Amino acid sequence: MHHIYDFVSGPLVWLSFIIFIGGSIYRIATMAMLAKKKDGVVYDYMDSSYALRSILHWIIPFGSENMKKHPVMTVVTYVFHISLMIAPLFLFAHIALIKESWDISWGYISDSTADIMTMLVIASCVFFMLRRIKLPEVRYLTDTSDYILLAIVAAPFVTGFLAYHQWMGYKLMVILHILSGEVMLAAIPFTRLSHVLFFPFTRGYIGSEFGAVRHARDW
Amino acid sequence: MYEGIVEDTQKAAIADLGIDKGVEALTPEKIETVITSFLESETGARFKTYADICVHCGLCSDACHYFLSNDRNPKFSPAGKVKQTIGEILKHKGKVSPKFIGQTAEIAFTECNVCKRCAMYCPFGIDVAYLMLTMRRLCHKLGVVPQYIQDTAHSHSATFNQMWVKEDEWIDSLQWQEDEARGDISNLRIPLEKEGSDIMYSVIGPEPKFRAQLIYQAAVIMETAGMNWTMPATPGWDNSDMCMYTGDSEMMGRLKRSHFETAARLKVKRIVMGECGHAFRSVYDMGNRWVGWKMPPIPVIHAIEFYDELFQKGKIKVTHKFEEPVTIHDPCNIVRGRGLHEKIRNVVHRTCSSLIEMYPNREHNYCCAAGGGVINCGPPFKAKRVEGDRVKADQLREAKSKGAKVVVAPCHNCHGGLEDIIHHYKLDMKLKFLGDIIYEVMEKTT
Ligand code: SF4
Ligand code: SF4
Repeated sequence: MHHIYDFVSGPLVWLSFIIFIGGSIYRIATMAMLAKKKDGVVYDYMDSSYALRSILHWIIPFGSENMKKHPVMTVVTYVFHISLMIAPLFLFAHIALIKESWDISWGYISDSTADIMTMLVIASCVFFMLRRIKLPEVRYLTDTSDYILLAIVAAPFVTGFLAYHQWMGYKLMVILHILSGEVMLAAIPFTRLSHVLFFPFTRGYIGSEFGAVRHARDW
Repeated sequence: MYEGIVEDTQKAAIADLGIDKGVEALTPEKIETVITSFLESETGARFKTYADICVHCGLCSDACHYFLSNDRNPKFSPAGKVKQTIGEILKHKGKVSPKFIGQTAEIAFTECNVCKRCAMYCPFGIDVAYLMLTMRRLCHKLGVVPQYIQDTAHSHSATFNQMWVKEDEWIDSLQWQEDEARGDISNLRIPLEKEGSDIMYSVIGPEPKFRAQLIYQAAVIMETAGMNWTMPATPGWDNSDMCMYTGDSEMMGRLKRSHFETAARLKVKRIVMGECGHAFRSVYDMGNRWVGWKMPPIPVIHAIEFYDELFQKGKIKVTHKFEEPVTIHDPCNIVRGRGLHEKIRNVVHRTCSSLIEMYPNREHNYCCAAGGGVINCGPPFKAKRVEGDRVKADQLREAKSKGAKVVVAPCHNCHGGLEDIIHHYKLDMKLKFLGDIIYEVMEKTT
């Protein structure tokens, strides 16, 4: 057990961060080069103020018509994405680990807040899953990989939650927690989770086309 | 090899000579070769990113009138259409059957108006219209295009206009309309080939063929407003472009080049075009881009902008206001395509006594289901088209219940589509171009 722990909390952490950061840079850089080669329009029409206008409308809750049409989905999506980022980045235990390794640290949230956020992430994942199963238009688009992705995202939170509450095999849970976190990080650049990386670009581009060329709103 | 949807009880395949014969001529090997080279040479970052990041959330569904009108059948949702076409092609790496290509052609050509409404509903701004046009381009390369629209594309290639209008017929039509218009203004001219005019007025092929009165109404407006204008007597007069919709980008480029070169030859300051949406898209957005002009090389304005300008400057005056209450159908290509919705309303307020709005409207309008070349795919697909836009009929019915009697639709395709919708759903409403209304209420110089 100890060896496994050392391995997942040592070299594997490095590996996952290298894949995540390196992979993200690679994906964005190759896409930018491909755009240069094949989609010159993207550069020609990209307009920073219209791009920003569009991005803002789509990151502010209920900033677009479609968000107003699906209020529950909108609220869940926001809660999910915010909790997903805040909880791991500002968890006291994570910060303590980083401080121990590199002697840097930043503010943290209370454990009970993190606990609630974790539960919110898990609940959101359940919501997304039910939505996939229940809504015909979503079910039609769904394939196995969508469920796998959902599981990849939920896993670090489920295991983290179980480890924190020490309900079963603490050691094992911690290992699984670290491992699943690493899997998720490494998956971001190379799966549909890359929507996080490309959102500013696709949104920015369509915002520029609508704003600068079509003189119309896109939200 | 992917065979396509084997049996589909919700959607029976529609017989179309262009698609069926095209499919007969295909072999799996040919398909794979064409797809491989197509993906390599003609798709880039946008295509790849859209395919990679779509999270299958289905949030674009509610944008699409086909989806809403077909009882929320997921096959008609924007992402659902991508899944059935490009999705399968990518998944099977081009190893798909001829029959499958026939099915994708039907989807891409007749189940999407490339209206871009869904781009406003997807959180990532994934442009399904662009993806469907890319799919059409692939079908074009495979020689699988619905017969009727392919015929108009052939007309474009042979005559540089959409309707097989011969050069002398074009000039005759203009002279005939000039004669007609002299009933209103005795010395009116439709100036042909007048070099150095301020304005070149261009129309779409169907105008001289079926709606010639629009040309004389435009002439009366030009004359009354005292414009220095001309129309070309040579090919290049037609601003329409079905090649843009069949995926024949090369021909689209040639058409636009000829249009702008004609304007350059006549040394005009700008082009004013008639009330057409798709032609505007071709001139302002897609055709010019293909040729390599970021923006049109000679300024082009749509009739609505022009009318609005004439009213602003006081160049035309009205003797009375149009009596019957009107509602406005916003044409996608000039609303989501150019943001002209407020200008339409400006002109309506100047000319009509009462306006009853339909909702959603402006950028959020529902398409007429005729656009994007769908109506040009002809009778085989008419029922699907009209049934695919029940939501528009509902909107119209609601406007009617509030008193609207006339639908103002400043676009040719919208007219065709709405005419069928009004007839099919027994709505009994009249359709008008803005030009019709202006002509009716304006003070004419005699
Ligand atoms: S018809 Fe319009 S809303 Fe529907 S898929 Fe096509 S572009 Fe999107
Ligand atoms: S196209 Fe956009 S809205 Fe539609 S399923 Fe994909 S990500 Fe969701």
